[in-house]
Amino acid sequence: MIRQLFKFKGGIHPPMHKKESTHIPIQQADLPNTLTLPLHQHIGESAEPLVGVGDRVLKGQKIAKANGYVSAPVHAPSSGTVVAIEERPIPHPSGLDDLCIILETDGQEEWAEKNPLPDYKTLDASKLRNAIRSAGIVGLGGAGFPTAIKLNPTAGKPVDTLIVNGVECEPYISCDDMLMRERADQILAGAKIMCHALQAKTCVIAIEDNKPEAIEAMRAAATGCDIEIVPVPTRYPQGGEKQLIQVITGKECPSDDLPIQIGVVVHNIGTAAAVHRAIELGEPLISRVVTVTGDGIAQRQNYEVLLGTSVNTLLDQSGGTTNNVERIIMGGPMMGFALRFENVPIVKTSNCILVTTKENIDPPSHVMPCIRCGACADACPVSLLPQQLYWFSKAKEFERAQDHNLFDCIECGCCAYVCPSNIPLVHYYRYSKTEIWSQERDKEKAEQAKMRHDNRQARLDREKAEKAARAAKKRAALKAAEEKKKAEAAKQAEAGETSSADTSTTKQDEIQAAIARAKAKKAQSKAAPKNTVELTEAQKKQISEAKERRKKIDELANAGTTDTDKAP
Amino acid sequence: MHLLTPSSPHFHGPDTVTKVMMRVVYALIPAFIAYTLLFGPGVIINVLLTCITALSCEALMLKMRGRPVATFLSDGSALVTALLIAIALPPLAPWWIPVIGTAFGIIFAKHIFGGLGYNPFNPAMVSYVMLLISFPLEMTAWPAPLELREELLTLGQTLGLVFSGTLPHAMQMDAITMATPLDSLKTQLGLGQGVSEAVAAHPIYGMLGGVGWEWINVALLAGGLWLIFKNVISWHVPVAMLATLGGLALVFNIIDPERYASPLFHIFTGGAILGAFFIATDPVSGATTLKGRLIFGAGVGLITYIIRTWGGYPDAVAYAVLLMNMTAPTIDYYTRPRVFGHEKA
Repeated sequence: MIRQLFKFKGGIHPPMHKKESTHIPIQQADLPNTLTLPLHQHIGESAEPLVGVGDRVLKGQKIAKANGYVSAPVHAPSSGTVVAIEERPIPHPSGLDDLCIILETDGQEEWAEKNPLPDYKTLDASKLRNAIRSAGIVGLGGAGFPTAIKLNPTAGKPVDTLIVNGVECEPYISCDDMLMRERADQILAGAKIMCHALQAKTCVIAIEDNKPEAIEAMRAAATGCDIEIVPVPTRYPQGGEKQLIQVITGKECPSDDLPIQIGVVVHNIGTAAAVHRAIELGEPLISRVVTVTGDGIAQRQNYEVLLGTSVNTLLDQSGGTTNNVERIIMGGPMMGFALRFENVPIVKTSNCILVTTKENIDPPSHVMPCIRCGACADACPVSLLPQQLYWFSKAKEFERAQDHNLFDCIECGCCAYVCPSNIPLVHYYRYSKTEIWSQERDKEKAEQAKMRHDNRQARLDREKAEKAARAAKKRAALKAAEEKKKAEAAKQAEAGETSSADTSTTKQDEIQAAIARAKAKKAQSKAAPKNTVELTEAQKKQISEAKERRKKIDELANAGTTDTDKAP
Repeated sequence: MHLLTPSSPHFHGPDTVTKVMMRVVYALIPAFIAYTLLFGPGVIINVLLTCITALSCEALMLKMRGRPVATFLSDGSALVTALLIAIALPPLAPWWIPVIGTAFGIIFAKHIFGGLGYNPFNPAMVSYVMLLISFPLEMTAWPAPLELREELLTLGQTLGLVFSGTLPHAMQMDAITMATPLDSLKTQLGLGQGVSEAVAAHPIYGMLGGVGWEWINVALLAGGLWLIFKNVISWHVPVAMLATLGGLALVFNIIDPERYASPLFHIFTGGAILGAFFIATDPVSGATTLKGRLIFGAGVGLITYIIRTWGGYPDAVAYAVLLMNMTAPTIDYYTRPRVFGHEKA
């Protein structure tokens, strides 16, 4: 039976360039001397280190634990010694540093104890999820969302379909393609485990029809089991979660809901293979397949790479870069980000290293004014009006941008790809989104400040009232005392002279002490300006982020005045 | 290594503004060939005059506005405007008609509003309407198709007429001009004649529209269909406009065939096809949403039919387009598509 497929709106057909890296099998990348393992390789909270500098760790040993529900642990990809836990450049669009565990490998590849669960079918789903979570598995398709969470169906909402995503719609990337060709059985085994955890009724493996070898291999491996291999017509961005759900099931996932709400779950095929290794072999996520490709690299192929391996090491193993390299992109050409440094590590979400030259990246023309041709709207898979969003972003009319559903943009890049005026549309949307986020944060802060102010005012009023009451009481007491004193003085005057020197010396002392106190306070405040030292890491990060944002805005503003597209 | 870190997407498709504009230019070429063959070398003179004027004014305005001249001059948009003006002008008009018209269109309709992408009105139509209102005599002196002309002009004689207004000895202007089919029909209907009577009485009417004119319109139709095929324009505006114009014509034609011309006549005379495929589809001044384009096209068709049938002008595509240009932003606002995963727009 041929499954009925549905269509998603928009999309593009860019040149795919996949064959360049699929001519040889996946090769094991060299074991590097040092591995740099960022504590934040996934969506959610950073992991917390479990080891200290100087500790010897074994391959597969957990070296950082998950911090909260949306988080994932980190494991040692090889045996060796922890030589540092410090900030290093990480692969992130911001180009900022983040905390990493630095491991010096000893070449022994000595494994920690493995705890496979081969009879997982008898296990409770929650136990399975815990094992997957403990293996540090996150979505390997690029987003890096902790997998165990996506294997946890909501009560009362049974999962109808598990879609295993082998679409790999972005040009150049071929790691999923090669994985399906070579490890179809692992992917299927993983898919079965996922099915069991989700109690899914059906399981579909979707593959774009430009990968006939992968389809063939998966079909061969799937004979006799009830997992369906479904070739889908090639179109970018079909691998987008909600797009793929629409293609396979015809269901449209509501904008503010997760797919699980409509009974569908999507996992990447690489994730499925990792789940198989974690459950049936007891091996946590310590390596992944990475495509190294692009015109700027001598040898284009796929590697099985230990997490933490530097991009540099991979490039060297591929015969080095040509001398006209312009950018090194982590991910694909449509959604990947350009690296600021080549020495960043491969992390769980790094599917591709794309080395481009000036020649194959040069845009066909300058940035021109928008001619409202609507090509962007035709290409948008989410039915947005990209050019309206562009005008609103440019004019900083963020409210109207939001009104036009800016936050439904998946940043697939179709609009910018087809724009005849070569306007960097997605860049404008990212700018608007960050501005809106920061405005919202500011608003929240302002509200908190207002609340604090109101509370303080109330407290001050209360204290004033209390003070007044106390003062009144005291005055009354004093009056009574004075009258008493007067009466006594009158008595003493009668008794003879008394010395007033005593009281004056005590007063003098008090004044001296107050001056000394004030001086000390002044000295202290001089030594330590209150708001710049002893900042927490989070505060420092916030400051640098703010600086980065400000820089971006300036850049954008400058770009706006230097490009040819100026409003009069 | 110095690495660049712009944000994604890192690659771009092959389309550029210049390519888009040049495709429109290519699509107009068959119509210009037909126009020249059927109406003589005056057409070529108009094309040269409008193109030279458009590019000069464009360069001048870009320079004055401090924009990169070469970048924008090569975008092809001024050329498209020039050709659209040229195809709308009478082929034997005095030289200053195309020059003034094009200069006005480029300077006032385009650059005063901010140049490429910022003009709220279609520059070619602004200049055509300005000329029609300011110089009605010159703008309505249409030469007869060559096959209906009593006397023919050589290239030298054509140049003499265009640049110095002199006709060869003993030749009258009436001998070479003739009312257009729409004009003639309007006049005859105004005189109380029926459609069939009017058509029988005048040699200008052809198989589809007017003699000569119908072939230009066929060439324009071919060019327009090619533009749809090449994805330069979408089918929405032409289909909506021609369907509305043809549909209205059909209804009234059925009601009273002697007072209202047939749908085929309405579509294949005057500027209907040119307007549907080349003018109303101008992205800058038109609606951009798919639903919006349908409304926009239908509006142009409706206004064209109303003015042609009950208004003071024989043709009305230019007015219809300009009037609808004003409504484009509002149409766009109310025809936003339903965003994926949302209940309604």
